[in-house]
Amino acid sequence: MVEQLEKAIDFQPVAEVKHLDFYYSGFHAIKNVNFDIPEKKVTALIGPSGCGKTTLLRCFNRMHDLYPGNRYQGGILVNGVNILAKEVDPIEVRMRISMVFQKPNPFPKSIFENVAYGLRIRGENSRTVLDEKVEDALKSAALWEEAKDRLNQSAYDLSGGQQQRLCIARALVTEPEIVLFDEPTSALDPIATNSIEELMSGLKQKVTILIVTHSMQQAARFSDYTAFMYMGELIEFDKTETIFSQPAQKRTQDYLSGRIG
Amino acid sequence: MTQQVFSSVSTKKLSPKLIRNLKEKAIEIVLFIAASTSVATTLAIMFILLEECWFFFQEVSIFKFLTDTEWTPLFANPRYGILPLLSGTIVTSAIALFVAIPCGTIAAIYLSEFADSKLREIVKPFLELLAAIPTVVYGYFALLFVTPFLQKIFPELPGFNMLSAGLVMGLMITPFVSSLSEDAMRAVPALLREGSTAMGATKLQTALRVVFPSAISGISSSYILGASRAVGETMIVAVAAGLQPNLTLNPFSQGATITAFIVQVSLGDVARGTIEYQTIFAAGLTLVLMTLVLNIIGYYLAKRFREIY
Repeated sequence: MVEQLEKAIDFQPVAEVKHLDFYYSGFHAIKNVNFDIPEKKVTALIGPSGCGKTTLLRCFNRMHDLYPGNRYQGGILVNGVNILAKEVDPIEVRMRISMVFQKPNPFPKSIFENVAYGLRIRGENSRTVLDEKVEDALKSAALWEEAKDRLNQSAYDLSGGQQQRLCIARALVTEPEIVLFDEPTSALDPIATNSIEELMSGLKQKVTILIVTHSMQQAARFSDYTAFMYMGELIEFDKTETIFSQPAQKRTQDYLSGRIG
Repeated sequence: MTQQVFSSVSTKKLSPKLIRNLKEKAIEIVLFIAASTSVATTLAIMFILLEECWFFFQEVSIFKFLTDTEWTPLFANPRYGILPLLSGTIVTSAIALFVAIPCGTIAAIYLSEFADSKLREIVKPFLELLAAIPTVVYGYFALLFVTPFLQKIFPELPGFNMLSAGLVMGLMITPFVSSLSEDAMRAVPALLREGSTAMGATKLQTALRVVFPSAISGISSSYILGASRAVGETMIVAVAAGLQPNLTLNPFSQGATITAFIVQVSLGDVARGTIEYQTIFAAGLTLVLMTLVLNIIGYYLAKRFREIY
Protein backbone atom coordinates (compact mmCIF):
# COMPACT_ATOMS: atom_id res chain seq x y z
CA MET A 1 0.00 0.00 0.00
CA VAL A 2 2.77 2.42 0.96
CA GLU A 3 4.74 1.45 -2.11
CA GLN A 4 1.75 1.97 -4.21
CA LEU A 5 1.01 5.40 -2.80
CA GLU A 6 4.58 6.44 -3.49
CA LYS A 7 4.25 5.27 -7.04
CA ALA A 8 1.15 7.35 -7.51
CA ILE A 9 2.65 10.53 -6.12
CA ASP A 10 4.16 12.13 -9.13
CA PHE A 11 2.11 15.27 -8.65
CA GLN A 12 1.91 18.38 -6.57
CA PRO A 13 -0.67 17.71 -3.84
CA VAL A 14 -3.13 20.48 -3.07
CA ALA A 15 -4.49 18.61 -0.06
CA GLU A 16 -3.21 15.71 1.97
CA VAL A 17 -5.53 13.38 3.84
CA LYS A 18 -3.66 12.02 6.84
CA HIS A 19 -4.92 9.26 9.12
CA LEU A 20 -8.46 10.45 8.72
CA ASP A 21 -11.16 8.81 10.83
CA PHE A 22 -14.73 9.96 10.99
CA TYR A 23 -17.55 8.93 13.33
CA TYR A 24 -21.31 9.47 13.08
CA SER A 25 -21.98 9.29 16.84
CA GLY A 26 -21.00 5.64 17.42
CA PHE A 27 -20.58 4.60 13.80
CA HIS A 28 -17.05 4.53 12.46
CA ALA A 29 -17.67 5.66 8.88
CA ILE A 30 -14.16 6.54 7.66
CA LYS A 31 -11.29 4.37 8.75
CA ASN A 32 -7.72 5.64 8.66
CA VAL A 33 -7.77 7.09 5.16
CA ASN A 34 -4.52 8.44 3.70
CA PHE A 35 -4.04 9.94 0.26
CA ASP A 36 -3.06 13.13 -1.54
CA ILE A 37 -5.25 15.16 -3.83
CA PRO A 38 -3.41 16.25 -6.97
CA GLU A 39 -3.65 19.91 -7.88
CA LYS A 40 -5.76 20.94 -10.89
CA LYS A 41 -6.75 17.39 -11.67
CA VAL A 42 -9.97 15.48 -11.37
CA THR A 43 -9.93 12.89 -8.60
CA ALA A 44 -12.86 10.50 -8.50
CA LEU A 45 -14.05 8.68 -5.38
CA ILE A 46 -15.77 5.43 -6.28
CA GLY A 47 -17.12 2.50 -4.32
CA PRO A 48 -20.37 0.73 -3.46
CA SER A 49 -23.24 2.49 -1.67
CA GLY A 50 -22.48 3.16 1.96
CA CYS A 51 -18.73 2.82 1.54
CA GLY A 52 -18.14 6.31 2.93
CA LYS A 53 -17.21 8.18 -0.23
CA THR A 54 -19.76 10.97 0.28
CA THR A 55 -18.87 11.10 3.98
CA LEU A 56 -15.23 11.54 3.03
CA LEU A 57 -16.12 14.26 0.51
CA ARG A 58 -18.13 16.16 3.10
CA CYS A 59 -15.14 16.19 5.46
CA PHE A 60 -13.37 18.50 3.02
CA ASN A 61 -15.73 21.42 3.63
CA ARG A 62 -16.68 20.40 7.16
CA MET A 63 -20.32 19.84 6.25
CA HIS A 64 -20.48 17.34 9.10
CA ASP A 65 -20.22 20.26 11.53
CA LEU A 66 -23.88 20.98 10.76
CA TYR A 67 -25.15 18.00 12.67
CA PRO A 68 -24.47 17.12 16.29
CA GLY A 69 -22.63 13.95 17.28
CA ASN A 70 -20.22 13.90 14.33
CA ARG A 71 -16.53 13.62 15.10
CA TYR A 72 -13.36 13.90 13.02
CA GLN A 73 -9.96 12.45 13.86
CA GLY A 74 -6.74 12.92 11.97
CA GLY A 75 -6.44 15.60 9.38
CA ILE A 76 -6.83 17.04 5.94
CA LEU A 77 -3.91 19.36 5.27
CA VAL A 78 -4.43 22.19 2.82
CA ASN A 79 -1.26 24.29 2.40
CA GLY A 80 0.02 22.62 5.53
CA VAL A 81 -2.98 23.61 7.68
CA ASN A 82 -5.24 20.95 9.12
CA ILE A 83 -8.68 22.20 8.09
CA LEU A 84 -10.37 19.80 10.49
CA ALA A 85 -8.71 21.39 13.52
CA LYS A 86 -11.04 22.99 16.06
CA GLU A 87 -9.29 26.34 15.81
CA VAL A 88 -9.90 26.51 12.05
CA ASP A 89 -13.08 28.38 11.14
CA PRO A 90 -15.27 26.12 8.97
CA ILE A 91 -16.71 29.20 7.27
CA GLU A 92 -13.21 30.14 6.05
CA VAL A 93 -12.70 26.56 4.86
CA ARG A 94 -15.92 26.67 2.84
CA MET A 95 -14.79 29.85 1.12
CA ARG A 96 -11.83 27.99 -0.33
CA ILE A 97 -13.42 24.58 -0.81
CA SER A 98 -16.87 24.79 -2.32
CA MET A 99 -19.36 22.10 -3.14
CA VAL A 100 -21.89 21.03 -5.76
CA PHE A 101 -24.61 18.68 -4.58
CA GLN A 102 -26.37 15.59 -5.87
CA LYS A 103 -29.52 17.41 -6.79
CA PRO A 104 -29.49 20.95 -8.15
CA ASN A 105 -30.31 23.17 -5.17
CA PRO A 106 -30.69 26.74 -6.39
CA PHE A 107 -31.99 29.21 -3.84
CA PRO A 108 -35.37 30.89 -4.31
CA LYS A 109 -33.73 33.93 -5.85
CA SER A 110 -32.94 35.23 -9.29
CA ILE A 111 -30.24 33.62 -11.42
CA PHE A 112 -27.95 36.56 -10.71
CA GLU A 113 -28.51 36.51 -6.96
CA ASN A 114 -27.93 32.77 -6.82
CA VAL A 115 -24.47 33.16 -8.30
CA ALA A 116 -23.75 36.32 -6.31
CA TYR A 117 -24.74 34.61 -3.04
CA GLY A 118 -21.21 33.64 -1.98
CA LEU A 119 -20.03 37.22 -2.51
CA ARG A 120 -23.06 38.84 -0.87
CA ILE A 121 -22.70 36.88 2.34
CA ARG A 122 -19.14 38.14 2.55
CA GLY A 123 -20.39 41.69 2.39
CA GLU A 124 -19.59 42.36 -1.27
CA ASN A 125 -22.23 44.80 -2.50
CA SER A 126 -20.43 46.74 -5.21
CA ARG A 127 -22.50 46.30 -8.35
CA THR A 128 -19.51 46.42 -10.70
CA VAL A 129 -17.61 43.73 -8.78
CA LEU A 130 -20.70 41.54 -8.55
CA ASP A 131 -21.54 41.97 -12.25
CA GLU A 132 -18.05 41.06 -13.30
CA LYS A 133 -17.64 38.05 -11.01
CA VAL A 134 -21.10 36.68 -11.72
CA GLU A 135 -20.43 36.92 -15.44
CA ASP A 136 -17.07 35.15 -15.07
CA ALA A 137 -18.60 32.38 -12.99
CA LEU A 138 -21.50 31.87 -15.39
CA LYS A 139 -19.05 31.73 -18.29
CA SER A 140 -16.92 29.16 -16.46
CA ALA A 141 -20.06 27.12 -15.88
CA ALA A 142 -21.04 27.39 -19.57
CA LEU A 143 -24.33 29.02 -18.66
CA TRP A 144 -23.65 32.62 -19.67
CA GLU A 145 -25.03 32.38 -23.20
CA GLU A 146 -28.30 30.84 -22.00
CA ALA A 147 -28.69 33.03 -18.94
CA LYS A 148 -27.34 36.47 -19.84
CA ASP A 149 -30.70 37.82 -20.99
CA ARG A 150 -32.65 36.49 -18.03
CA LEU A 151 -30.40 37.12 -15.05
CA ASN A 152 -33.28 38.57 -13.08
CA GLN A 153 -35.59 35.63 -13.60
CA SER A 154 -36.10 33.02 -10.91
CA ALA A 155 -33.56 30.21 -10.89
CA TYR A 156 -36.47 27.78 -10.80
CA ASP A 157 -37.32 28.72 -14.40
CA LEU A 158 -34.17 26.91 -15.55
CA SER A 159 -34.12 23.25 -16.58
CA GLY A 160 -32.54 20.65 -14.28
CA GLY A 161 -29.25 20.61 -16.17
CA GLN A 162 -29.13 24.40 -16.29
CA GLN A 163 -29.88 24.55 -12.56
CA GLN A 164 -26.95 22.26 -11.88
CA ARG A 165 -24.67 24.46 -14.01
CA LEU A 166 -26.01 27.41 -12.04
CA CYS A 167 -24.97 25.64 -8.83
CA ILE A 168 -21.53 25.09 -10.35
CA ALA A 169 -21.32 28.80 -11.18
CA ARG A 170 -22.36 29.56 -7.61
CA ALA A 171 -19.61 27.30 -6.31
CA LEU A 172 -17.01 28.94 -8.58
CA VAL A 173 -17.77 32.57 -7.85
CA THR A 174 -15.64 32.76 -4.72
CA GLU A 175 -12.65 31.43 -6.70
CA PRO A 176 -12.12 28.33 -4.55
CA GLU A 177 -9.05 26.12 -4.75
CA ILE A 178 -11.02 22.89 -4.62
CA VAL A 179 -14.55 22.15 -5.80
CA LEU A 180 -16.28 19.08 -4.38
CA PHE A 181 -18.88 17.34 -6.54
CA ASP A 182 -21.23 14.91 -4.83
CA GLU A 183 -22.65 12.77 -7.64
CA PRO A 184 -23.52 15.93 -9.56
CA THR A 185 -25.22 14.15 -12.45
CA SER A 186 -27.25 11.52 -10.62
CA ALA A 187 -30.47 13.53 -10.94
CA LEU A 188 -29.92 14.51 -14.57
CA ASP A 189 -30.75 12.99 -17.95
CA PRO A 190 -27.92 11.72 -20.21
CA ILE A 191 -27.71 14.90 -22.31
CA ALA A 192 -27.46 17.18 -19.28
CA THR A 193 -24.99 14.71 -17.73
CA ASN A 194 -22.86 14.96 -20.81
CA SER A 195 -22.72 18.74 -20.70
CA ILE A 196 -21.84 18.75 -16.99
CA GLU A 197 -19.04 16.25 -17.60
CA GLU A 198 -17.60 18.35 -20.40
CA LEU A 199 -17.80 21.34 -18.14
CA MET A 200 -15.95 19.57 -15.33
CA SER A 201 -13.18 18.37 -17.65
CA GLY A 202 -12.68 21.99 -18.73
CA LEU A 203 -12.75 23.31 -15.18
CA LYS A 204 -9.66 21.44 -14.07
CA GLN A 205 -7.57 24.09 -15.80
CA LYS A 206 -8.63 26.39 -13.00
CA VAL A 207 -9.48 24.32 -9.95
CA THR A 208 -8.91 20.99 -8.33
CA ILE A 209 -11.93 18.72 -8.59
CA LEU A 210 -12.89 15.98 -6.19
CA ILE A 211 -15.92 14.05 -7.36
CA VAL A 212 -17.96 11.26 -5.86
CA THR A 213 -19.61 9.16 -8.51
CA HIS A 214 -21.68 6.03 -8.65
CA SER A 215 -20.93 5.58 -12.29
CA MET A 216 -17.65 3.85 -12.99
CA GLN A 217 -17.95 4.89 -16.62
CA GLN A 218 -18.08 8.48 -15.48
CA ALA A 219 -14.95 8.03 -13.37
CA ALA A 220 -13.20 6.34 -16.27
CA ARG A 221 -14.31 8.96 -18.78
CA PHE A 222 -12.85 12.09 -17.31
CA SER A 223 -11.05 11.64 -14.01
CA ASP A 224 -7.27 11.68 -13.79
CA TYR A 225 -7.01 9.85 -10.49
CA THR A 226 -9.37 7.42 -8.83
CA ALA A 227 -9.74 6.36 -5.23
CA PHE A 228 -11.67 3.19 -4.54
CA MET A 229 -13.33 2.95 -1.14
CA TYR A 230 -14.93 -0.01 0.53
CA MET A 231 -16.52 -0.21 4.00
CA GLY A 232 -15.02 3.07 5.11
CA GLU A 233 -11.51 2.21 4.02
CA LEU A 234 -9.50 3.50 1.11
CA ILE A 235 -8.61 0.33 -0.76
CA GLU A 236 -6.69 1.76 -3.66
CA PHE A 237 -5.69 5.12 -5.06
CA ASP A 238 -3.94 5.54 -8.38
CA LYS A 239 -4.09 7.01 -11.85
CA THR A 240 -7.51 6.30 -13.29
CA GLU A 241 -6.13 4.29 -16.22
CA THR A 242 -4.11 2.11 -13.86
CA ILE A 243 -7.09 1.50 -11.57
CA PHE A 244 -9.27 0.49 -14.47
CA SER A 245 -6.75 -1.52 -16.46
CA GLN A 246 -4.64 -3.21 -13.81
CA PRO A 247 -5.89 -2.67 -10.27
CA ALA A 248 -3.46 -3.84 -7.62
CA GLN A 249 -6.09 -4.94 -5.14
CA LYS A 250 -8.41 -7.88 -5.59
CA ARG A 251 -11.36 -5.97 -4.09
CA THR A 252 -10.93 -3.17 -6.61
CA GLN A 253 -10.95 -5.71 -9.39
CA ASP A 254 -14.03 -7.40 -7.94
CA TYR A 255 -15.87 -4.10 -7.71
CA LEU A 256 -14.95 -3.00 -11.20
CA SER A 257 -16.09 -6.31 -12.63
CA GLY A 258 -19.36 -6.11 -10.73
CA ARG A 259 -18.73 -8.88 -8.22
CA ILE A 260 -19.15 -6.61 -5.18
CA GLY A 261 -21.14 -3.42 -4.79
CA MET B 1 -57.74 -24.64 -22.24
CA THR B 2 -57.69 -21.63 -19.93
CA GLN B 3 -61.32 -21.05 -20.82
CA GLN B 4 -61.95 -24.51 -19.45
CA VAL B 5 -60.22 -23.75 -16.16
CA PHE B 6 -62.23 -20.59 -15.68
CA SER B 7 -65.59 -22.11 -16.20
CA SER B 8 -64.77 -24.99 -13.91
CA VAL B 9 -64.33 -22.60 -10.94
CA SER B 10 -67.58 -22.55 -9.03
CA THR B 11 -69.51 -19.40 -9.84
CA LYS B 12 -70.71 -19.33 -6.25
CA LYS B 13 -67.26 -18.38 -5.00
CA LEU B 14 -67.03 -15.52 -7.46
CA SER B 15 -70.43 -14.02 -6.69
CA PRO B 16 -70.45 -10.66 -4.83
CA LYS B 17 -70.29 -10.89 -1.04
CA LEU B 18 -73.54 -9.29 -0.01
CA ILE B 19 -72.81 -8.78 3.68
CA ARG B 20 -69.33 -7.41 3.09
CA ASN B 21 -70.64 -4.95 0.54
CA LEU B 22 -73.42 -3.81 2.84
CA LYS B 23 -70.92 -3.24 5.63
CA GLU B 24 -68.67 -1.23 3.36
CA LYS B 25 -71.57 0.84 2.18
CA ALA B 26 -72.80 1.49 5.73
CA ILE B 27 -69.37 2.64 6.83
CA GLU B 28 -69.12 4.89 3.82
CA ILE B 29 -72.44 6.50 4.70
CA VAL B 30 -71.40 7.10 8.31
CA LEU B 31 -68.15 8.69 7.18
CA PHE B 32 -69.96 10.83 4.66
CA ILE B 33 -72.39 12.10 7.28
CA ALA B 34 -69.56 12.94 9.64
CA ALA B 35 -67.77 14.80 6.89
CA SER B 36 -70.87 16.69 5.80
CA THR B 37 -71.71 18.05 9.26
CA SER B 38 -69.05 20.72 8.99
CA VAL B 39 -70.19 21.72 5.52
CA ALA B 40 -73.81 21.71 6.63
CA THR B 41 -73.04 23.82 9.70
CA THR B 42 -71.22 26.41 7.64
CA LEU B 43 -74.04 26.59 5.12
CA ALA B 44 -76.67 26.83 7.87
CA ILE B 45 -74.82 29.65 9.61
CA MET B 46 -74.42 31.53 6.35
CA PHE B 47 -78.10 31.02 5.61
CA ILE B 48 -79.28 32.36 8.96
CA LEU B 49 -76.90 35.31 8.79
CA LEU B 50 -78.06 36.22 5.31
CA GLU B 51 -81.72 35.78 6.21
CA GLU B 52 -81.58 38.08 9.24
CA CYS B 53 -79.45 40.56 7.35
CA TRP B 54 -82.07 40.62 4.62
CA PHE B 55 -84.56 41.99 7.14
CA PHE B 56 -81.97 44.34 8.60
CA PHE B 57 -81.09 45.86 5.27
CA GLN B 58 -84.77 46.48 4.52
CA GLU B 59 -84.75 48.94 7.42
CA VAL B 60 -81.25 50.33 7.04
CA SER B 61 -79.67 51.02 3.68
CA ILE B 62 -76.34 49.34 2.96
CA PHE B 63 -74.91 52.75 2.12
CA LYS B 64 -75.84 54.11 5.55
CA PHE B 65 -74.52 50.93 7.19
CA LEU B 66 -71.15 51.37 5.53
CA THR B 67 -70.74 55.14 5.83
CA ASP B 68 -72.49 56.34 9.01
CA THR B 69 -69.96 57.24 11.67
CA GLU B 70 -72.11 56.35 14.69
CA TRP B 71 -73.10 52.92 15.95
CA THR B 72 -75.86 53.41 18.51
CA PRO B 73 -78.51 50.77 17.71
CA LEU B 74 -79.65 50.52 21.33
CA PHE B 75 -80.20 54.25 21.79
CA ALA B 76 -83.48 56.09 21.47
CA ASN B 77 -82.21 57.66 18.30
CA PRO B 78 -80.46 54.67 16.70
CA ARG B 79 -77.67 55.03 14.16
CA TYR B 80 -76.32 52.03 12.30
CA GLY B 81 -72.84 52.82 10.99
CA ILE B 82 -70.47 49.83 11.15
CA LEU B 83 -67.35 52.06 10.87
CA PRO B 84 -66.79 52.59 14.63
CA LEU B 85 -66.89 48.84 15.21
CA LEU B 86 -64.66 48.28 12.19
CA SER B 87 -62.13 50.81 13.46
CA GLY B 88 -62.09 49.09 16.87
CA THR B 89 -61.50 45.74 15.21
CA ILE B 90 -58.77 47.12 12.98
CA VAL B 91 -56.95 48.96 15.78
CA THR B 92 -56.90 46.00 18.17
CA SER B 93 -55.96 43.55 15.42
CA ALA B 94 -53.21 45.82 14.14
CA ILE B 95 -51.69 46.12 17.62
CA ALA B 96 -51.96 42.37 18.04
CA LEU B 97 -50.19 41.71 14.75
CA PHE B 98 -47.59 44.32 15.63
CA VAL B 99 -46.71 42.07 18.57
CA ALA B 100 -47.40 38.65 17.10
CA ILE B 101 -45.61 38.96 13.74
CA PRO B 102 -42.16 39.93 15.04
CA CYS B 103 -42.35 37.71 18.14
CA GLY B 104 -43.81 34.76 16.25
CA THR B 105 -41.34 35.04 13.38
CA ILE B 106 -38.30 35.38 15.61
CA ALA B 107 -39.44 32.46 17.77
CA ALA B 108 -40.01 30.38 14.64
CA ILE B 109 -36.57 31.19 13.21
CA TYR B 110 -34.99 30.33 16.52
CA LEU B 111 -36.87 27.06 16.95
CA SER B 112 -36.44 25.93 13.38
CA GLU B 113 -32.85 27.00 12.69
CA PHE B 114 -30.99 27.47 15.97
CA ALA B 115 -32.45 25.50 18.85
CA ASP B 116 -31.11 21.98 19.18
CA SER B 117 -33.70 19.27 19.29
CA LYS B 118 -33.67 18.87 23.08
CA LEU B 119 -34.34 22.53 23.71
CA ARG B 120 -37.02 22.57 21.05
CA GLU B 121 -38.80 19.72 22.80
CA ILE B 122 -38.95 21.85 25.93
CA VAL B 123 -39.75 25.27 24.44
CA LYS B 124 -42.38 24.20 21.92
CA PRO B 125 -44.87 22.73 24.41
CA PHE B 126 -44.62 25.92 26.50
CA LEU B 127 -45.31 28.04 23.47
CA GLU B 128 -48.24 25.87 22.54
CA LEU B 129 -49.53 26.07 26.11
CA LEU B 130 -50.05 29.79 25.49
CA ALA B 131 -52.61 28.81 22.89
CA ALA B 132 -54.39 26.59 25.39
CA ILE B 133 -55.12 29.35 27.91
CA PRO B 134 -58.81 30.35 27.71
CA THR B 135 -59.15 33.77 26.11
CA VAL B 136 -61.24 35.09 28.99
CA VAL B 137 -58.19 34.60 31.19
CA TYR B 138 -56.19 36.65 28.74
CA GLY B 139 -58.92 39.28 28.95
CA TYR B 140 -58.60 39.64 32.70
CA PHE B 141 -54.83 39.52 32.39
CA ALA B 142 -55.09 42.54 30.08
CA LEU B 143 -57.57 44.38 32.29
CA LEU B 144 -56.05 43.72 35.71
CA PHE B 145 -52.36 43.39 34.98
CA VAL B 146 -51.34 44.94 31.65
CA THR B 147 -53.54 48.03 31.87
CA PRO B 148 -52.35 49.07 35.38
CA PHE B 149 -48.80 48.45 34.21
CA LEU B 150 -49.30 50.62 31.13
CA GLN B 151 -50.93 53.30 33.26
CA LYS B 152 -47.64 53.69 35.09
CA ILE B 153 -46.05 54.65 31.79
CA PHE B 154 -49.03 56.56 30.33
CA PRO B 155 -50.92 57.97 33.35
CA GLU B 156 -53.77 59.34 31.22
CA LEU B 157 -54.61 55.85 29.86
CA PRO B 158 -58.22 54.92 30.68
CA GLY B 159 -59.01 51.69 32.54
CA PHE B 160 -60.49 50.22 29.37
CA ASN B 161 -58.37 50.74 26.29
CA MET B 162 -57.61 49.11 22.97
CA LEU B 163 -53.84 49.19 23.49
CA SER B 164 -53.81 46.73 26.35
CA ALA B 165 -56.37 44.46 24.70
CA GLY B 166 -54.38 44.48 21.46
CA LEU B 167 -51.06 43.76 23.16
CA VAL B 168 -52.44 40.78 25.04
CA MET B 169 -54.22 39.54 21.95
CA GLY B 170 -50.82 39.69 20.24
CA LEU B 171 -49.38 37.45 22.94
CA MET B 172 -52.23 35.05 22.39
CA ILE B 173 -51.65 34.87 18.62
CA THR B 174 -47.84 34.61 18.84
CA PRO B 175 -47.73 30.83 19.29
CA PHE B 176 -50.15 30.47 16.41
CA VAL B 177 -47.89 32.47 14.09
CA SER B 178 -44.69 30.87 15.34
CA SER B 179 -45.99 27.34 15.08
CA LEU B 180 -47.21 27.71 11.48
CA SER B 181 -44.10 29.66 10.44
CA GLU B 182 -41.85 27.08 12.01
CA ASP B 183 -43.64 24.30 10.12
CA ALA B 184 -43.12 26.23 6.91
CA MET B 185 -39.42 26.75 7.62
CA ARG B 186 -38.84 23.18 8.66
CA ALA B 187 -40.43 22.05 5.40
CA VAL B 188 -37.59 23.77 3.51
CA PRO B 189 -35.39 20.94 2.23
CA ALA B 190 -32.11 20.34 4.10
CA LEU B 191 -30.42 20.47 0.69
CA LEU B 192 -31.04 24.24 0.48
CA ARG B 193 -29.61 24.80 3.97
CA GLU B 194 -26.57 22.68 3.11
CA GLY B 195 -26.15 24.57 -0.16
CA SER B 196 -26.03 27.84 1.72
CA THR B 197 -23.74 26.50 4.44
CA ALA B 198 -21.41 25.08 1.80
CA MET B 199 -21.06 28.58 0.35
CA GLY B 200 -19.68 29.70 3.72
CA ALA B 201 -22.85 31.27 5.07
CA THR B 202 -23.39 31.48 8.81
CA LYS B 203 -26.50 30.02 10.41
CA LEU B 204 -28.12 33.45 10.60
CA GLN B 205 -27.33 34.22 6.96
CA THR B 206 -28.74 30.86 5.92
CA ALA B 207 -31.86 31.42 8.01
CA LEU B 208 -32.53 34.94 6.74
CA ARG B 209 -31.36 34.71 3.15
CA VAL B 210 -32.34 31.19 2.15
CA VAL B 211 -34.73 29.50 4.58
CA PHE B 212 -36.97 32.50 5.25
CA PRO B 213 -37.50 33.42 1.58
CA SER B 214 -38.04 29.75 0.70
CA ALA B 215 -40.78 29.51 3.29
CA ILE B 216 -42.21 32.97 2.65
CA SER B 217 -45.58 31.81 1.37
CA GLY B 218 -46.11 29.59 4.40
CA ILE B 219 -44.94 32.32 6.71
CA SER B 220 -47.17 34.97 5.17
CA SER B 221 -50.08 32.56 5.32
CA SER B 222 -49.40 32.23 9.05
CA TYR B 223 -49.60 36.03 9.32
CA ILE B 224 -52.88 36.12 7.47
CA LEU B 225 -54.37 33.34 9.56
CA GLY B 226 -53.09 35.13 12.68
CA ALA B 227 -54.85 38.28 11.46
CA SER B 228 -58.03 36.32 10.99
CA ARG B 229 -57.73 35.06 14.57
CA ALA B 230 -57.25 38.62 15.80
CA VAL B 231 -60.27 39.91 13.89
CA GLY B 232 -62.45 37.13 15.29
CA GLU B 233 -61.13 37.29 18.86
CA THR B 234 -63.90 38.23 21.29
CA MET B 235 -63.29 37.82 24.99
CA ILE B 236 -60.10 39.83 25.35
CA VAL B 237 -61.55 42.90 23.66
CA ALA B 238 -64.94 42.52 25.35
CA VAL B 239 -63.27 42.42 28.75
CA ALA B 240 -60.41 44.87 28.36
CA ALA B 241 -61.20 47.35 25.59
CA GLY B 242 -64.44 48.74 26.94
CA LEU B 243 -67.66 48.48 25.01
CA GLN B 244 -67.85 51.98 23.58
CA PRO B 245 -68.11 52.05 19.79
CA ASN B 246 -65.70 54.78 18.91
CA LEU B 247 -64.60 55.86 15.46
CA THR B 248 -60.94 56.42 16.15
CA LEU B 249 -57.57 54.96 15.30
CA ASN B 250 -56.12 56.02 18.64
CA PRO B 251 -55.12 52.90 20.60
CA PHE B 252 -55.21 54.81 23.89
CA SER B 253 -58.95 55.27 23.74
CA GLN B 254 -61.76 52.88 24.53
CA GLY B 255 -63.31 50.98 21.70
CA ALA B 256 -65.64 48.19 20.78
CA THR B 257 -64.97 45.62 18.13
CA ILE B 258 -67.55 43.82 16.03
CA THR B 259 -67.17 40.72 18.17
CA ALA B 260 -67.46 42.64 21.45
CA PHE B 261 -70.67 44.27 20.26
CA ILE B 262 -72.17 40.91 19.34
CA VAL B 263 -71.40 39.55 22.81
CA GLN B 264 -72.83 42.63 24.44
CA VAL B 265 -76.12 42.41 22.57
CA SER B 266 -76.42 38.64 22.79
CA LEU B 267 -76.07 38.82 26.56
CA GLY B 268 -78.65 41.58 26.90
CA ASP B 269 -82.42 41.23 26.72
CA VAL B 270 -83.06 42.25 23.15
CA ALA B 271 -86.32 40.88 21.76
CA ARG B 272 -86.14 38.50 18.84
CA GLY B 273 -87.13 39.87 15.49
CA THR B 274 -86.50 43.50 16.41
CA ILE B 275 -84.07 45.67 14.49
CA GLU B 276 -81.73 45.71 17.52
CA TYR B 277 -81.66 41.94 17.37
CA GLN B 278 -80.92 41.97 13.67
CA THR B 279 -77.95 44.32 14.08
CA ILE B 280 -75.89 41.50 15.51
CA PHE B 281 -76.45 39.52 12.35
CA ALA B 282 -75.39 42.42 10.19
CA ALA B 283 -72.28 42.83 12.34
CA GLY B 284 -71.75 39.07 12.28
CA LEU B 285 -71.95 38.94 8.51
CA THR B 286 -69.35 41.70 8.23
CA LEU B 287 -67.09 39.71 10.52
CA VAL B 288 -67.59 36.46 8.65
CA LEU B 289 -66.81 38.15 5.36
CA MET B 290 -63.61 39.66 6.78
CA THR B 291 -62.32 36.39 8.20
CA LEU B 292 -63.45 34.50 5.12
CA VAL B 293 -61.40 36.76 2.86
CA LEU B 294 -58.38 36.45 5.18
CA ASN B 295 -58.71 32.69 5.33
CA ILE B 296 -58.99 32.37 1.58
CA ILE B 297 -55.83 34.44 1.12
CA GLY B 298 -54.07 32.37 3.80
CA TYR B 299 -55.20 29.13 2.22
CA TYR B 300 -54.07 30.27 -1.21
CA LEU B 301 -50.62 31.26 0.09
CA ALA B 302 -50.21 28.04 2.04
CA LYS B 303 -51.10 26.01 -1.04
CA ARG B 304 -48.68 27.89 -3.21
CA PHE B 305 -45.73 27.33 -0.89
CA ARG B 306 -46.17 23.58 -1.06
CA GLU B 307 -45.67 23.73 -4.80
CA ILE B 308 -42.38 25.60 -4.83
CA TYR B 309 -40.01 22.72 -4.35
